Amino acid sequence: MITERFEVPSRFRNTGIVLLVIGIATLLGGLLGLLTGNEHDQTRFWIVLLQNSVFFLFITAASIFIQAAAGLAQGGWIVSYRRVPEAIGANVWIFGVIALVVLFSIVFGLGDHNPIFHWVHPHGDKVLEGKSAFLNKGMFAGFSIVTVALWSWFGRKFRAMSLAQEVAPRNSTKIYWKMVALSGAFLFVYALTMMSTVPWYWIMSIDAHWYSTLFSWYVFASSFVSGMALILLFVVFLKNRGNLEIVTKEHIHDLGKFMFAFSIFWTYLWFAQFMLIWYANMPEETTYFKIRMQGPYSFFFFANLVLNFVMPILILMTRPSKRNYFTVVFMAMTIIFGHWIDFYVMTMPGPMQENWHMSWYEMGIPAGFIGILMLAVAKTISKANVIPVNNPLLKETLIHVS
Amino acid sequence: MAIKKFAVACYDDEAVLFPAVEKVRHSGYKLHDVYTPFPVHGLDVALGHKESDLHVAGFCFGITGTATALSFMSWVFTKDWSINYGGKPFFALPAFIPITFELTVMFAAVGMVLTYCYLNQIMPGVKKHIFHPRQTDDLFVVAIEITDPAAELEIIDFLKTTGATETNVQVAEEGWWYGRWDKEEEYQKQQLA
Repeated sequence: MITERFEVPSRFRNTGIVLLVIGIATLLGGLLGLLTGNEHDQTRFWIVLLQNSVFFLFITAASIFIQAAAGLAQGGWIVSYRRVPEAIGANVWIFGVIALVVLFSIVFGLGDHNPIFHWVHPHGDKVLEGKSAFLNKGMFAGFSIVTVALWSWFGRKFRAMSLAQEVAPRNSTKIYWKMVALSGAFLFVYALTMMSTVPWYWIMSIDAHWYSTLFSWYVFASSFVSGMALILLFVVFLKNRGNLEIVTKEHIHDLGKFMFAFSIFWTYLWFAQFMLIWYANMPEETTYFKIRMQGPYSFFFFANLVLNFVMPILILMTRPSKRNYFTVVFMAMTIIFGHWIDFYVMTMPGPMQENWHMSWYEMGIPAGFIGILMLAVAKTISKANVIPVNNPLLKETLIHVS
Repeated sequence: MAIKKFAVACYDDEAVLFPAVEKVRHSGYKLHDVYTPFPVHGLDVALGHKESDLHVAGFCFGITGTATALSFMSWVFTKDWSINYGGKPFFALPAFIPITFELTVMFAAVGMVLTYCYLNQIMPGVKKHIFHPRQTDDLFVVAIEITDPAAELEIIDFLKTTGATETNVQVAEEGWWYGRWDKEEEYQKQQLA
């Protein structure tokens, strides 16, 4: 039946709840560590929360971006599984609020000798004073709040409009054209936030002395490819449940192409950033890579490259592997994990220096975030018909050939 | 190359063309090719074409480019003419990557274009037989190769039943020629006559 609704299976819900409980228990364990007053534990507590909240906010916001990109280009290929990016996008506000709480706690709660954002109080540091017009508490708070508010609003608006289309008169394209216009507006917002300012503020300012102008592009590539992998996991899950019969190998092939192509794109940006710094060999720039490449983080640094470049290019290159459910699901999980490692390499070395950890706390916090993601998105999907029956582009997606 | 005899049928509508192509395929006659004024979606499926192996050729060309670039640069900068550039090691792999990438792309692109031209037997300057002057204008032209001379009339009759607006028999040459084609055609026509 084409109108069949998705009901959250109890096993799925239980897994989500267990993961969420693990996350909360880890958070409480971390809070206990804070009571001892050890500065090192305090830094670890906040930086792991920052890494995960920003990572999950970015990969969910990528779902709004792909809706807007396909909406503006009037692409029919996405319509068969549109409900998935819509449901992920409609839950961006949860991760946005968590990220805001974490970021503001770090900026406003950790005092003038901030272990993570040194720029909060320059203490006579000439470089940081020079950047203070951009890197200051007010600008940081303003950009963060505006970004999260706009992303949340657009995420919920896109889903609301898609649901309104279901009850609109048949063949009415009024909402459709409004969606095209709003897609353009969102791309503008996204370009000014995700593709420029926000990664500078939230991630790059951890290493406040160092800068790279294409950093935001690189973070965008990272989050977009993981976002597409996340969509693919939900699509294959729904397809296996029998709720998305209209999704065929052609649509899976499309998502596989996105994962393949944007893995290469990520590598291109990662390498462009690395090679120029390596070649110019200026001390203030190479310190960033010194600790990551030759220092204690070298394992994660090279694992990052293997997981996010070598594996996707070798495994996803051939057409049959992009049309095989096992390989795409395996690669989607690899890519999400790989880019989580990428965010780890971006955030940890600055405040933690050589005292890195990868144990219960670093593993438990992302488990909690995955739990929230599973529960929230599945609940949103179950609230409406999984197939957008009244979408003007439905026929186009049914006959779509990849 | 070989001179062959073709039974040619013209259709004026896509909707007539598709069933006709299906019928020709099921009839067992040797379908030479279908010429259309614009790309017709689904015609490759109707013709029974399998996906080409062009991308495998592309991969091979690309790997050749990678190997060429890496091996040449390694040889030059470590064995043949080592120069110290800003204190970098002689085998400076990150500096080689952009050139390796460019050469991979160039080998793959040029190699694939040439392979494509060879597979489709096209090239600037190559003369091809035109079955009908309107085949690039508004007619869909189906050409069947006549392998058995005795079946010529039978094939023409069969093509008429599929809805063809015009049918005829042509002697033409298929394949890859440059320059000598006109002379050759005249000669072969005399031979056949």
